[in-house]
Amino acid sequence: MRLKFFANDSESAAIVAVLAAVTLIIPLCNLIFPPGSPLYFSAYSVSLIGKYLTFALLALSLDLVWGYCGILALGQGAFFTLGGYAMGMYLMRQIGTRGVYGDPLLPDFMVFLDWQVLPWYWLGFDYFPFALLMMLAVPALLAFVFGWLAFRSRVTGVYLSIITQALTYALMLAFFRNEMGFGGNNGLTDFKELLGFNLQADSTRIMLLMSSGTALIAAFLACRRLMQSKLGRVVTALRDQESRVRFLGYRVEMFKLWVFVFAAMLAGIAGALYVPQVGIINPGEFSPLNSLEIVVWVAVGGRGTLYGAIIGAILVNYGKTVLTGLLPEIWLFTLGAVFIVVTVMLPDGLMGLWLRKTGRAGL
Amino acid sequence: MKLHRLLANIVKLLIFPALALSAAAQAQAVEPGVTVPSFSEALTALKDSPLSQRGRAIERFAQIRHPQTLTVLQALLKGNLFVLKNDGRLVIGETENGGYRLWQADTGDSLAAVESSRLDRINLTNRMRSQLRMSIALLQLKATDPEIRLNAVRDLGKNPDDETLSLLKDQSLRENDAAIQQALQLTFALQDLDSSDRALRLAALEALNRQTSPEALNRLRALTRKDANGGYPEQDAQVLKLAKSALVKIEARLQFYAAAETVFFGLSLGAVLVLAAIGLSITFGVMGVINMAHGELMMLGAYTTYVMQQILPNYLGLALLLSIPLAFIISGLTGIVIERGIIRFLYGRPLETLLATFGVSLFLQQTVRSIFSPLNRSVTAPDWMSGSWQVNEYLSLTWNRLYIFIFCLLVFTLLLQILRRTRLGLEVRAVAQNRNMAKAMGIPVARVDAMTFGLGSGVAGVAGVALSQITNVGPNLGQAYIVDSFMVVVFGGVGNLWGTLVAGFILGIANKVLEPFAGAVLAKILVLVFIILFIQKRPRGLFPQKGRAAEA
Repeated sequence: MRLKFFANDSESAAIVAVLAAVTLIIPLCNLIFPPGSPLYFSAYSVSLIGKYLTFALLALSLDLVWGYCGILALGQGAFFTLGGYAMGMYLMRQIGTRGVYGDPLLPDFMVFLDWQVLPWYWLGFDYFPFALLMMLAVPALLAFVFGWLAFRSRVTGVYLSIITQALTYALMLAFFRNEMGFGGNNGLTDFKELLGFNLQADSTRIMLLMSSGTALIAAFLACRRLMQSKLGRVVTALRDQESRVRFLGYRVEMFKLWVFVFAAMLAGIAGALYVPQVGIINPGEFSPLNSLEIVVWVAVGGRGTLYGAIIGAILVNYGKTVLTGLLPEIWLFTLGAVFIVVTVMLPDGLMGLWLRKTGRAGL
Repeated sequence: MKLHRLLANIVKLLIFPALALSAAAQAQAVEPGVTVPSFSEALTALKDSPLSQRGRAIERFAQIRHPQTLTVLQALLKGNLFVLKNDGRLVIGETENGGYRLWQADTGDSLAAVESSRLDRINLTNRMRSQLRMSIALLQLKATDPEIRLNAVRDLGKNPDDETLSLLKDQSLRENDAAIQQALQLTFALQDLDSSDRALRLAALEALNRQTSPEALNRLRALTRKDANGGYPEQDAQVLKLAKSALVKIEARLQFYAAAETVFFGLSLGAVLVLAAIGLSITFGVMGVINMAHGELMMLGAYTTYVMQQILPNYLGLALLLSIPLAFIISGLTGIVIERGIIRFLYGRPLETLLATFGVSLFLQQTVRSIFSPLNRSVTAPDWMSGSWQVNEYLSLTWNRLYIFIFCLLVFTLLLQILRRTRLGLEVRAVAQNRNMAKAMGIPVARVDAMTFGLGSGVAGVAGVALSQITNVGPNLGQAYIVDSFMVVVFGGVGNLWGTLVAGFILGIANKVLEPFAGAVLAKILVLVFIILFIQKRPRGLFPQKGRAAEA
């Protein structure tokens, strides 16, 4: 059964196996081995790996849009950040009276700005189920409105890329304003606990890593299923020959729209899992540069393969951690070089190279 | 004029010995105006007179026509007139490095600097100070520089007594400068408004109709304000009516100036946007290439200006002018290298060029950061670029923005002519319309591509020179403009220089019109949202390409 599911797709099987192993073994290593042992993973590494996994989920969401729909979205980071803010708002509400000002009703930054009442859009974020709903609904709604307007009027290619970039840029400017009620420049931070678990505790970090891993595996399988379904076939077809698919009677814009919305929800989940692991969310995450970096992860791994996006995200981010630690100056040179080399010499990414080597066509 | 001065000198020479002879006798109680004391006598009186007599001494001194009179009075007012303790000479001193730099009061000759302990300041009372201000203003009325005269008229007109008024009336008879005449008429009108003569008041209101100064505005507002009972303190209905109509007129003029200022700010912002976007418009429109490194090419231009100023620190203006062609060459060559090295492998894959050029932009940013440090560098504006052009009290236009606006139009015109009239322009247009056909006709497409990209990049460098005059030069300079300039190109319609120009100005003005209501950031967000919505409606921009060119 299982073998049949992954027939002729050993890469997908391998990636699921590796992810499952990471999700289970790293927490075990942290618990079993004593600090100092070469197999021990510190709480820092656990959070770091958890962060990579959320980035992988984000890259996966972009691969759906770019690799399968052919939409080079330069604003995928916006959905990620919105999901993150929804989670951040829930975490802010959990602080309660433990803030610096100890105000029972308002978060610290609102007390600081001398606000008297909680803005209406903060209502309900005390309850996790509502917050969870918002982590999915807010990115989805934005993607729906934006996508509906854009695809219906057939904005494509470069134009679409540029307006998605403008979208995330506008959101960044908006969230930088204190009047928006999202903490302005500093964003949301100083979180204490999630669902009653202390965020500083090792056990919580392990739990978050496992949730990120599980979410990633589930999302990967769902995306794979989706792309193998009829919808996936139509979407791939319209990527290659949009007008032909339209003439065959498919409503192209609807297909694009649903994939776009689904991907935005995945990005929202990724953002929501990211925030408790790094402990802060601020408007800088909206910056166009961040969204472009996501594109590089997918490009490095190889788009249109799903697992390529996961591998690319983890590789590039691991490289970033190592290089910024060793030689901060080198990082932008490397990132720039990666952009150039991958687009000019490796248009199908590392996975394209691998598939060609093993005798199968790329995209 | 010369003859006049010559005569005056002869008279002075004749009178001077006589005055000197009788100086000792006259130094004591002589009524002012009866006999005019000599310059040196009056000057000595300034320091020798007791504080109670000093006011009169100042008055007498101020009546003497001498090149140093004004300087001495101004120094006295500022507390810079001193007596040297050792020899009792009167000197003018200005603080410098803890001590005082000195000039001889009667001749203006420079003297050796001394410490403050060796000087005695000539003290003043507040009454003397206001008297001094008046005397200085009266002296300045006779200055040849109209700027000085205008300030003097304004000072004197603040609370004039009868004597000053008659002086000002004399001045208005011989004054030729329009701005000074305007200020004089304002003083008279405000004065007449208080008179008991009804005809004078009505005439004054007529005159105020033509004024736009804050004094006139405040006065008219006070006159037409209702008191606590809801009635008007002003009883004369005719006066009230005229005052109201004058007020409306002045306010309308003020609104006009405010609008003119907004339009100017909008146009200058628009000029910056157009400069930033126009090179992009060429590469994007002609080659279909998205150059994300465009902002960094502007940054190179800005740094070129900075380096030129470091090389020629004493010739800022020359450095600025030289950096225009230099920035064009540096950015243009960089652009050609980018095109030959990367972009030519990516034709027909616009999304990939976007990514690759973004990589280039990161590269350039980090290079500049490594060479010049991540800190902002400031480029000094040459004299003729700083300051502003004061159109009137309500409208002043800064020179640097005015120059950038003109510069933008020049660059635009030049570019338009290059595309229209030169061989290169013809080839560029041919390739833009139909690449394959152009190739078949024997146009060296690869060379044209490189030249087009070089041209677009060079214009970006020139834009960077302009930007260096209004913003800090730093590694992030390009990033700040990249989203904006893409918006301008897309809004205006790709491949259309006129579209870029119109779009840049529209967006600039829209930004500045929205700013007072929404604040700078929100205005920017609103404009971005507007463009996003606009593109949904007209995906090809304001002026879409028509015909077969649009199919590509």
